Amino acid sequence: MFEAISFLSKMLIPALLAFIPLYALFFRRVPVYESFVEGAKEGFPTAIQLIPHLVGMMVAVSIFRETGALQFYLDLLKPALSLIRFPMEVLPLGLLRPISGTGALAFTESIFRTHGPDSFLGRLAATMQGSTDTTLYVLTVYFGAVGIRRSLYAVKVGLTADLAGVLAAWFIVNAVFGG
Amino acid sequence: MVNYIWLFMIISGVVAAAVQGEMDVVTQAALKGAKEGVAVCIGLISILVFWLGMMNMARDAGLLEKLSRLLRPVARFLFPGVPSDHPAMGYILSNMSANFFGLGNAATPMGLKAMEELQKLNPNSKTASPAMCTLLALNTSSLTLIPTTVIGLRMEHGSAQPTEIIGTAVFATGCSTLVAVALDRWYRRRQENRG
Repeated sequence: MFEAISFLSKMLIPALLAFIPLYALFFRRVPVYESFVEGAKEGFPTAIQLIPHLVGMMVAVSIFRETGALQFYLDLLKPALSLIRFPMEVLPLGLLRPISGTGALAFTESIFRTHGPDSFLGRLAATMQGSTDTTLYVLTVYFGAVGIRRSLYAVKVGLTADLAGVLAAWFIVNAVFGG
Repeated sequence: MVNYIWLFMIISGVVAAAVQGEMDVVTQAALKGAKEGVAVCIGLISILVFWLGMMNMARDAGLLEKLSRLLRPVARFLFPGVPSDHPAMGYILSNMSANFFGLGNAATPMGLKAMEELQKLNPNSKTASPAMCTLLALNTSSLTLIPTTVIGLRMEHGSAQPTEIIGTAVFATGCSTLVAVALDRWYRRRQENRG
């Protein structure tokens, strides 16, 4: 079943690429090439508009990580988390996942390298990696693009959902693959 | 809250560097972060240009309208404040579909288009509307059927069964999305009751 699903996902973009212009031109008489160019024009200004938002956020994340501040808070959390027997090796991923997409991916890779992708830790890291998106990045990009300053409760919701994702990943990997 | 998180990261970084007596790390990290930020945006250019072009064709052909008519019950449940024939709906639903099928690249341009449309309905353009918060909640928890990136990474590292984590990841992403949607509702209700 999984093979079928991943096949489907691989076929999806080529299928869309063929289907959308075909349908548009033959059933709706849309000048497809012009329509594509018209929409594509918006891509460049949108990306450029995001630069200040992403630079601002990534500077802070980079300082937080590179100076060892992140590690300090992780060490602080360790005693509490060892109480619920959460594996220390993947703990940084839980904290990294919502703030830095590339950081989380690099960390998952290091887990694969040291423990192997089919180890318990490898499976846990992979499940955590696949369970949510980078909350801070999504927030920065989505709200930045339309100039939202006050994000209301969105941050709290995103971060709580991340925590739920980590706990759910830990629970299910324990249940399926055994601890 | 973003302001506090941002300041918290910078200040704790500066303090950590000061304690270790390596202040120059801060400067290097800041410039490295800035460079990464620009690099991400440059990388986004091609993705945005391509997918926004595709989306425009789909819109002109009435396909987005079709999609929102098809998924109207889902949309009405998640976004009660948005009229179900509003163009935002088509973008929101294609954003969700793209996430669901693991097309993360395509999801971002669609999500940004959805935000743009929601902004037109927003009475206060500096403050997020409830619908925007819901869209954000759905995207941060990102309900994904196939976590393509991590499967690729497992393959690279010689996993015997790279796809065996699909089931566990679907469970975890389902839980996080459920929590996100429920919490978003709760906050929205509370906000509405306050007037």
